[in-house]
Parts: sequence; structure tokens; C-alpha cells
Amino acid sequence: MPWDRNQMAERAAQELEDGMYVNLGIGIPTLVANYVGAKDITLQSENGMLGMGPFPFEGEEDPDLINAGKQTITELKRTAYFDSAQSFGMIRGGKIAVAILGAMEVSEAGDLANWMIPGKLVKGMGGAMDLVAGVGRVIVVMDHTNKHGASKLLKECSLPLTGKGVVDLIITNLGVLEVGHKGLHILETAPNVSRDEIRAATEAVIV
Amino acid sequence: MKKIFANATDALDGLLRDDMLIAAGGFGLCGIPELLLQAIQDSGVKGLTFASNNAGVDNFGIGILLETRQVKKMMSSYVGENDEFMRQYLSGELEIEFNPQGTLAERMRAGGCGIPGFYTRTGVGTQVAEGKEHKDFGGETYILERGIFADLSIVKAWKADETGNAIFRKTARNFNPPAAMCGKVCVMEVEEIVPTGSLDPDHIHLPGIYVHRLIQGEHEKRIEQRTVQKKETA
Repeated sequence: MPWDRNQMAERAAQELEDGMYVNLGIGIPTLVANYVGAKDITLQSENGMLGMGPFPFEGEEDPDLINAGKQTITELKRTAYFDSAQSFGMIRGGKIAVAILGAMEVSEAGDLANWMIPGKLVKGMGGAMDLVAGVGRVIVVMDHTNKHGASKLLKECSLPLTGKGVVDLIITNLGVLEVGHKGLHILETAPNVSRDEIRAATEAVIV
Repeated sequence: MKKIFANATDALDGLLRDDMLIAAGGFGLCGIPELLLQAIQDSGVKGLTFASNNAGVDNFGIGILLETRQVKKMMSSYVGENDEFMRQYLSGELEIEFNPQGTLAERMRAGGCGIPGFYTRTGVGTQVAEGKEHKDFGGETYILERGIFADLSIVKAWKADETGNAIFRKTARNFNPPAAMCGKVCVMEVEEIVPTGSLDPDHIHLPGIYVHRLIQGEHEKRIEQRTVQKKETA
């Protein structure tokens, strides 16, 4: 049985260690916050906040308090605010231990494409290029294949890159793969998914 | 030296001209200088280039200047919450220079600090790096990004004293300090101007040296994505 979105998020949360400062992207990565358990994790929101709390209760929304997805959120006791230059200073400066992001394509060399599809509407890269270039470890959480069944783990990305050689770990609905020097390594498979099934669903070289 | 003006139109008097570069604070609709943007629309100045992380929505934020075709170019990291923006962009009426968000913030900060360029790893190996100088430091490749020196900065803070010492509130700080720093002239709007001496000097986020003109006004503070959780019923 391949993992569902929540199980992928739960598996990604296992990569986080006590005391880490972490940035979560939009989509499945946001769900990772639900599975950190007792670990002491501080979430960064790149619009200028460390210590991001959950959504507010109805009627308690504050227009001055949003996350990078522009959603209303809350603060915690540990929260600190700062400006965008300092926010990306701590990202670029390697102070954020892990970023967990979604992706359209990942190459066997760890290249990441997740910001534009030529010919389609381009909305911009936001903070994604800064994050993948700056943080300690980049974990991608995505479906193994696209809606046409084609592999999203490729020999080379076909879409414009967000970063080159930046991805460390890929968690898909089929398993967990690490980016190695000569290709991807399968570290783990989802329950009742075989290594051969992962190989069959993957265009990238698996060593 | 009097920094306080009666309203946004007065505060911008003599500062606006066609084809100028304006740096604006705000992230999404959070912490945007909404009163100054309205006054810029009213002025009719055109051919503007905006260094601003986002481009507002259809009838709020920089979006109101797109409706009136006053913007020629955006320097932004993320756009597209805005139908009119997309229409003008796809038809070639509006130019856009995408900047990675942290690069945009640092370009503003650098400009305000008298730094004309800096090297960053962000964007190496991507479209962003095309045409830019590459340089290796310690075996890593970096690209040269340039500081932004704006003709005018428009920003929004929560409170300021009469000398322009300013305090921001929560995530509404965002791009406001770096945007304020990079302009030849900075006009700031706040929710409240308080008497000089009533703010703790240790709590100032942006010193008044960066603020040349100041106004107080009522802010709509629109929410872009209202997300809430239900209270558990006991």
C-alpha cells in the first residue's frame, strides 16, 4: 500500500530532530507539523517569524499575523519576529536545519524543479530558491509519479530549475530515496511496495 | 525638521514623477502602505517600476495602480493573486523581473547600506543566474546581485514617534525595513504617531534616520487568506 499524504508527512516528520529550526513549504509539507510529537521543533515562516503557531480560532484572526502562504496563523510563547532581509539572512546563512518542500521534478543529481512550467502561468519562485540554496538539508515530499503516471524522479529535470544539486532526501508515496553521488538510493519502501515497483516507476538511476 | 504631514497626498508632494523606481514594503496584503498607494493612484503618475515582493490583488495594494495602468515594471518574487496583473503580463503590457525573495530583500537592504552588489548562492544553475557574473569562493559558485537604490520608498509601520522612530507589529514588518532603507526619500504611514519620548529606545525596529516623511491614518488591513480552526466544544 503506497503512503497517503498524511503518511508521507508523518514519515517526513521522522527526519526532524529535537531542537531543530525548520521551514515547511506549502501542501503536504505543511502537514508535517501535525506529526512532530514531543520533539522540540521551531517552525520558521520566511515572511519574518520563528515559532509559528496553528491557525487562530474563528474571530481571532489578526491581519498582521500571517504565514508565507498568506494564511492567518498564531504566535507561540517562543515566537520572534524580524524583517525579510534578516529572515533570508538566517536561511542563506545556513541557520535553518531543514526545509521540507513539494516538487514537480527531482533529478538523480538532486536538481529540483518546483517553480515554473514554460507556457503556463508563471507566478514566481517566492522564497524557494533561497531556501534550497541556503538551508542545511532539503527534503522533498511529493508523489512518485505525475497524474499521467510518468516518473517525477528523472535523469534530468525538464522544467526550469529552482536549484542545482540541492535535494538530499525524497519522500514519495512509494518510499524514501536518498540522493547519492551516482544516483538515488532506496532507503525504505512503503508497506507492501517492492523495490522493483519503485524501480519500475522511476526514470532516474537507482543504485 | 518637521516630518509629519497631514495626509498621504501632502506627504508625497514634490516626490512623484513618471518612470521612477519605488520600493514598497509589505508581504501579500500584510503591512502594505495602503494609504500611500491610494495617493499615488490619485496623483496619476505613470510608467512606475515597483520593487515589491508581491503585486497586490485586483482592487487592493499595488493592484489599484495596475487597474489604472500606472505600472510599467514589477521587481517581485511572487505575483499572480491578481487577474489584471496576469492579463497585462501575458499581453506584454507589463514587464516583470522575478527575484528570489531573499535576494530581493537583500538587494533592498544592500542598497540602503551603500552596497552596490553582493554574491549569493541563491539561483546558481537557474534562469535567475543567466547573464550575471559568477564567482567562486572556497570551491562554491556564487552570483553577483545588485543593490537596489530606489527613488522613493513607501512603507507602513504600526507606531512611530514624531522623529520617525518606528515599531512594526508581528509579521507586518516583513519588507518594510529593507524597503525603507533603500530609497533616496522614504515616506512612512503608521496607525499611530506617538509623542517623541514615549517609545522605549531599546524597542525601536527602524530608526527615524531612514524616515523622511510621516503620516498617520486609518488602515483597512485586508486579510488575503482567512484560515481558522473551530473551538473545541466542551
